[in-house]
Amino acid sequence: MSSEPQFFDQPGGFVGKPLVRVEGREKVTGKAKYSAEFPLPGLTYGVLATSPIAKGKIQSIDTTAAAKELGVIAVLTHQNLPKLAKTPDSPEGKKATSAPMGFMPLTSDEIFYAGQPVALVVADTLDHAIYAATLVKVNYAPESPIANFHDARAKLFNPAQVQDGKVDGHKRRGDAKTAFASAPIQLTATYTHPIYHHNPMEPGSTTAHWEAPDRLTVYESTQGVTRTQTTLVAMTGLPREQVRVITKYLGGGFGCKGSCWPHTVLTVQAAKAVGRPVQLMLTRKQQFTSMGHREDQSQTLQLGATADGKLTSLIHTKQSTTSPWDEYAESNSKIINLLYACPTFEASYEMARANVMTSTFMRAPGEAPGSFALECSMDDLAARLGVDPIEIRLRNHADHDYSTGQPWSSKSLKQCYARGAELFGWSKRNPKAGQTRDGRYLVGMGMATASYPVHSSQGTARARLYADGHAVVQSGATDLGTGTYTVMTQVAADSLGLPIEKVRFELGDTNLPTAPNSGGSIAAGTVSSSVFMAAQDVWQRLIKIAVGDKKSPLYKAKPEDVTVEKGRLFLKKDPKKGEGYADLMKRADLTDIEGMGRGRYGAGYETGHAASPAGPGNNTESAAEHSMHSFGAHFCEVRVDMDLGIIRVSKWVSVMGAGRILNAQTARSQIIGGAIFGIGSVLMEATERDAKYSRYTNADLANYHVPVNADIPNMTVEFVEEHDPYINAMGVKGIGEISMVGVAAAVANAVYHATGKRLRDLPLTPEKVMMAGVAS
Amino acid sequence: MNNFAYTQAASTKEAATVTQSDKHAAFISGGTSLIDLMKSNIEQHSLLVDLNKLSLLGVENSATGLRIGALERMSDVGEHPLVVQNYPVISQSLLASASPQLRNMASMGGNLLQRTRCGYFRDVAFPCNKRVPGSGCPAQDGDNRTLAILGGSTSCIATHASDLCVALVALEAKLTLENAKGATRIVPLADFYKLPGKTPHIENQLQPGELITAITIPAAAHARKSHYLKVRDRASYAYALVSAAVGLDVQGGTIRSARVALGGVGTVPWRVPAVEKALVGKPATEDTFRAAAALAVRDASPREHNKFKIELAQRTIVRALLEVAA
Repeated sequence: MSSEPQFFDQPGGFVGKPLVRVEGREKVTGKAKYSAEFPLPGLTYGVLATSPIAKGKIQSIDTTAAAKELGVIAVLTHQNLPKLAKTPDSPEGKKATSAPMGFMPLTSDEIFYAGQPVALVVADTLDHAIYAATLVKVNYAPESPIANFHDARAKLFNPAQVQDGKVDGHKRRGDAKTAFASAPIQLTATYTHPIYHHNPMEPGSTTAHWEAPDRLTVYESTQGVTRTQTTLVAMTGLPREQVRVITKYLGGGFGCKGSCWPHTVLTVQAAKAVGRPVQLMLTRKQQFTSMGHREDQSQTLQLGATADGKLTSLIHTKQSTTSPWDEYAESNSKIINLLYACPTFEASYEMARANVMTSTFMRAPGEAPGSFALECSMDDLAARLGVDPIEIRLRNHADHDYSTGQPWSSKSLKQCYARGAELFGWSKRNPKAGQTRDGRYLVGMGMATASYPVHSSQGTARARLYADGHAVVQSGATDLGTGTYTVMTQVAADSLGLPIEKVRFELGDTNLPTAPNSGGSIAAGTVSSSVFMAAQDVWQRLIKIAVGDKKSPLYKAKPEDVTVEKGRLFLKKDPKKGEGYADLMKRADLTDIEGMGRGRYGAGYETGHAASPAGPGNNTESAAEHSMHSFGAHFCEVRVDMDLGIIRVSKWVSVMGAGRILNAQTARSQIIGGAIFGIGSVLMEATERDAKYSRYTNADLANYHVPVNADIPNMTVEFVEEHDPYINAMGVKGIGEISMVGVAAAVANAVYHATGKRLRDLPLTPEKVMMAGVAS
Repeated sequence: MNNFAYTQAASTKEAATVTQSDKHAAFISGGTSLIDLMKSNIEQHSLLVDLNKLSLLGVENSATGLRIGALERMSDVGEHPLVVQNYPVISQSLLASASPQLRNMASMGGNLLQRTRCGYFRDVAFPCNKRVPGSGCPAQDGDNRTLAILGGSTSCIATHASDLCVALVALEAKLTLENAKGATRIVPLADFYKLPGKTPHIENQLQPGELITAITIPAAAHARKSHYLKVRDRASYAYALVSAAVGLDVQGGTIRSARVALGGVGTVPWRVPAVEKALVGKPATEDTFRAAAALAVRDASPREHNKFKIELAQRTIVRALLEVAA
C-alpha cells in the first residue's frame, strides 16, 4: 500500500451516490459541443475521397473537375499535400508518432486497403466538398488483394509480440503440452470471430485550426487529448506547447478513438495548406476503414483436467489477420493464463498480412474473445463431468494470480457468483441441457466469469478552491459519455468538502493538467485519484499557512498534526481547535488557492513509481507485489426457437467486484452498456469482407447489426462492496471493459443449456442455430 | 450526391409530365430510400419531383376490397383499424418494416419501389449489373448470405427487400398506374416486378413518367385470417433473412383457400402458387403445411452462403401457417 493519503467516505458524501449526469442538460438541449460543432470564423469543410480497390497503384489522378467545382478551395493528394515531419512507416517513426498504424495515406501512390484515403477535398460548405470529392478521378492499376488469413496465398507467421508490442507472442508456464497429454480429461475446441467494428454513435471527427503558422488547435473526437497531441507534435514537427487538442464531449469510442488516426493528421495538413480551419467528419462508411476494428480471428483452446475437473493444462493458439505493416493481434491469452488455478499454460499467436487497415483495441481487447474461448470450454468441462458451471469454477478458483504468482490486491469473485446466482434464480436451473421447454421455446441458463486488469497509469489534476466556497477542478481527461464529468465532480466535492453545485469540473483539453487516455478502464481510477490528491495539496498548502499565522488557532502546530474535514482545519488530537478555510484565506488575503495532484493507478501506485501513461499492458505491473484485477460474473437466460434459429436473451444479471463505485447510476449504465455490447458481439455483429475484393460489403448501420431495444431484456446489475488499498488513492478499479468480458460466453453457455448444442462460430445468427438442430 | 433541382407537383398529371420529359428525374415522397441512394451515389437525379402535395391518400375498405392511396404513410396504414382487422398480414408486414421513424415518413408507393440491400449494389466501388449493366456480379461467389435463392440469374441474385410487397403479392394486390396523359392502367403487383434475367437494372413495368397512385387488395376470407412472419438477425429494424406472408380460409378443419408468399429469398416478392394448391382441400394440420412448404423451394438455386434459406423458408411457412390456423 502506498504511503499517500487515501480517500475516505465522508458522512453525507457524494461519492457512490446515483447522481444524474452533471452535463445531462447540456446534452439533451443540444448545447454540448462535440468536436465537429465549433463554428470557427472562416471554417472550411474537408471530405475524403477513398480507394475502391484494396491493392494496387495510383496511375494518375485528375483533380481538374473537382477543383473547378463551386466553393472548392483545394484538392489535396499525395502529389501536393504538405510533407510531414515524421511518418509512422518505420518502427522508429511509429514509436515516435505513437500512431496505431505503420502507414500514412497520401504519402505515396500505393494502395494497401480498400477505403484508403486518396484525396482530401476542402470547400466552403460541406455539401460542396461532398460533391467535389466524387469528381476526383483516379486511375488505378489494381492487383489481387489478400482479404484475410484464410486466403490460400496468405502466409501465417509467429509474431515476436502482439497488441502493439505489449505482449509476448509466445508464452509458457510449466509444461502444458505434457500435462495436457496425460490429462484424464482433454477438451479441444476452436472458436471463430468475425470482424467487429466499434461504431460509436459519433464518427471520428476533427476540426483543425492553425491559429498562427507555428500554433495549432485541434478539436478532436478522441479518447485521449494528450495521445493525439503526441502524434500531432511528432508529425507536424511543432513543439508540444504549440499544439492544443480539445475534446469537450465524445459520442462513444470503445477503443477506436484511443489513438490518433490518419484522417486527423490529414485534416491538420489540409488546414495548413488552405490557411483556414478545416472540419472533417468521417461518414459512417468511412468509419469502417478509418479507425481500426477488432480483427477476424480463430482461436483454439486445449484444456486438460483431472477426473474431478481441476485444470492441469491450458494451451491456447490464435490465428488472425493483420495489416501489411503492423503485427497487431489482441492478446486473448492473458485472461486464459490467470483466470483459474491452472498449473501449466502455453500460448502462441499466428497472423497473416492482408490488404486491410491495422486492427486496434476494441473494448476489452483480448479479454473479450479470450474469455469466450475459456468460459465456453469451462462450461464444456462442467457438462462433461455433470457438475454445475459455478461449481466447476469454484473448484478451479485462483486464490492468487497463477500467471505471475502474485497475491490479488482484492478479489470478490466468490461473492459475485453467490450474489449473481441468488439474483438470477440459478438454483432453478435444470442440471441437464436441452430439457427445459416453454411452449415452442427451449429455455437455457448460462453464466461466465468476468475479469479485467487494473493496468498501470498516472495522471494529474488541479484544484482551485475559492475563498467564497466555490471550486474549479481540472484534468485533461476525456469523458466518452460514460460519466467522467459527473464522477469527478462528486470526488472533487467530497475531497474539498463542498456541495456538488459549487464545484465545476473541466476536462478534455491539453492546456489542463495531463491525464491518460480514457481507455483500458483506467480513467475513473486515475483521474479520481488525481482530483483527490489535488484537493489534498490544497489542504496541505492551507495547513502550512495556518500554522504560520499568528491569528490562527492552529498557529505553531505541526502540519502533520493537522487534518481537514469538510473544509475545516483542526488538530487531530483536539478537534475543537481549528478553523474553516474561508476565515483563514480571508486573513491571508487569498481569493483562491490552487493545488496540484498526481494520481497513480495500479502497480505504479503500489510501488510508488510513476507509471508510464500509455496504459494497457505496460510492464510496471510486474513490479508491484499484488496482481490487480476486477472480477465479476454474468448470468444469462435465453429462449431459443430452434426451428427458426432465433435466440432471445430473456434475463440478465451482472454482479461485479470492482473496487469503489463512484456513482451507482452511471456505473450501472456502464455495466449494462458493456453487457449489451457483448450480446451484440455474440448474437449479431459482424463485418463482412469480400474475399476477392477485400472490401466490406455491409459497412453501414442497416446491415452491421447492433442490438436494438427489442433485443435486450431488463438487466439487473449489482456491485459487491470491495475495499482495495493497493490500487490507487480512491480504491477504484474501473468498469468500462469488465462489463463485456464473459458476456459472449454467458450467452453461448445459455444457448448450450437450452439446446444441448455448442456453438463456437460467432455471431450466433439464425442459420447456425437452425442448422445445429438439423445436424442432430 | 450530385446537385439536383427540386419541384413540387400540383397534380399527378404535372408530376408525370415533368418526369416523363426528363429521364434523370425522380419522384420523391417520403425520401427514406431515395435520399440514401443519392447520398451513396447509386442514383443520380437531375430533378426531384415532390409528390407530397398530391391527394393520393385514403384507406378505404369496401365489400370488394381495400384501396390504399399511394402516398399514405406506412405507419398510418399499418396501424389503421380496417387494415389490422381485415388484412392483418398487411398490417404486420408494415409494422415489421424498418423503424417507427422511417415508417412515419415512408410512403406506400415508395415502399414498392425500394431497391435491394445487396452490399454490392449499395457500394459503388463494386461491380454490379443492376447498377452498371455489364459490370459483373461479385455476389455470385461472394458475400451472398442474405441474397436470393429464387428468381436469380447469373447476372443478379439481389433480394427484393420489401416486407409489404410479400403480403401484397400473397393477397393478389393490384396497382393503379397513371401516366402523363392522365391514362390509368391496372397491373397485378405480381406482374409489376421483373426477374433480373440478363437485365437486372430493369426492375419493374413502370414507364417513364408513370406513377403509382393506388394499391387495391381484393377482399377474401384468407385475407382476414392472414399472418406475416419475419426471421431476421435482430428483433427489430433488420431486413428479412426469410419471411412468409400467409392467408388461410379453413372451414370445418379443411383448407378452402390459401395464399403463401415468401420474402428475403426472391429477387422479387415470391408468391408460391404450388404451395397454395397443395394446401387447398387438405386438413389444416402441421403435416399438410410441411408437405406443402417443401414445394416452395423446389426451384431454389442457392449460392455458397445462403443454402440455409432453403430449410429456413420451409420452416417459416409452416410456422406462419400454424400461427393462422391456431
